[in-house]
Amino acid sequence: MNPTRRQFFGTTAALAGMAVAPGLLLTEIRQANSETQASSKVRWGMLVDTTRCVQGCTACVSACNTENGLSGRIGPDDSQWIRKIELKEKTTGRALSLPVMCQHCAEPPCVDVCPTGASFKRADGIVLVDRHLCIGCRYCMMACPYKARSFVHEPLHDQKPDVPRGQGCVESCTLCVQRVDRGEGPACVEACKAEGREALLFGDVNDPNSAISRRMREAGAKQIRADLQLDTGVRYQGI
Amino acid sequence: MRLLAALALIATLAVPAGVLAGVDKPVLEKASKGPCIAPPEVMRREHPDILKHQRMITVHEGVVGAKVSLEKCVACHASKTTGSVAASPQDFCESCHAYAGVRLDCFECHASRPGR
Repeated sequence: MNPTRRQFFGTTAALAGMAVAPGLLLTEIRQANSETQASSKVRWGMLVDTTRCVQGCTACVSACNTENGLSGRIGPDDSQWIRKIELKEKTTGRALSLPVMCQHCAEPPCVDVCPTGASFKRADGIVLVDRHLCIGCRYCMMACPYKARSFVHEPLHDQKPDVPRGQGCVESCTLCVQRVDRGEGPACVEACKAEGREALLFGDVNDPNSAISRRMREAGAKQIRADLQLDTGVRYQGI
Repeated sequence: MRLLAALALIATLAVPAGVLAGVDKPVLEKASKGPCIAPPEVMRREHPDILKHQRMITVHEGVVGAKVSLEKCVACHASKTTGSVAASPQDFCESCHAYAGVRLDCFECHASRPGR
């Protein structure tokens, strides 16, 4: 590109920036920050060790409710971001208890069906709903094979400052994105550790040396409904 | 008589409706902390665009620690009496939005009170 052409594009871009917010150039806003951004080098995942998960323990569920400001009610109109599922193999009688939440698929069906782009996958693999764009059509709820999403039916009050939620939008587990962005692990993982069970392990599955990658390599990690080939970020050990 | 009536009518029409209805000017409580990210005249006109632009960056790209943040707006502008920016008609966001007749729906989802 010759210099005059490049100059032209430069000026046009600068003018476009000014048109959006004169006096406060948006490009300037971005450059002036010492900010961090979700990176595609990382893929956040979770490993659930079902052999350590105990029937009747709901520490992860309570921690999720507290962290994200959910009511904790489990009626058909209430939001549940994480559920404890009890399984029993009929022939052997082997009982299992495991938490099920948004599986943070690499190929999320909820994103495929969303008509507005509200359902999306972040660069680091976390599947989220942009409530600014969500129109509450609930296609994603029908598309999700894990029944992981909830719809907010009633107006909400006193939401958490870092977990905005509201009526008319679909929501689900965010892997506690607000905590992850601060460099912490999800609330459920912390709660499970505090209970002394450590059935939940959170980490970067792209990094072969991370604790989660090593455990997945050594102990194996299955996907629920692996036949759907969604490449889930949440995996289970011992199912 | 007709002339008088006409004059009276003109006089009535000449008075702006706002004065008759007694619409109060918005109460702008002083922010609790230091200077804003931009001068008041810029913020008054541009804050919706600035916030709208930032929300895409924050939500979709996962950018943390940005200069523009609704949470920070609330932290500085929450009223000393109600502790909120939109709980009472005198609160910072609410008073101006009521005056301008623009529906304020940010706080249907976002907290209108500062966090910890």
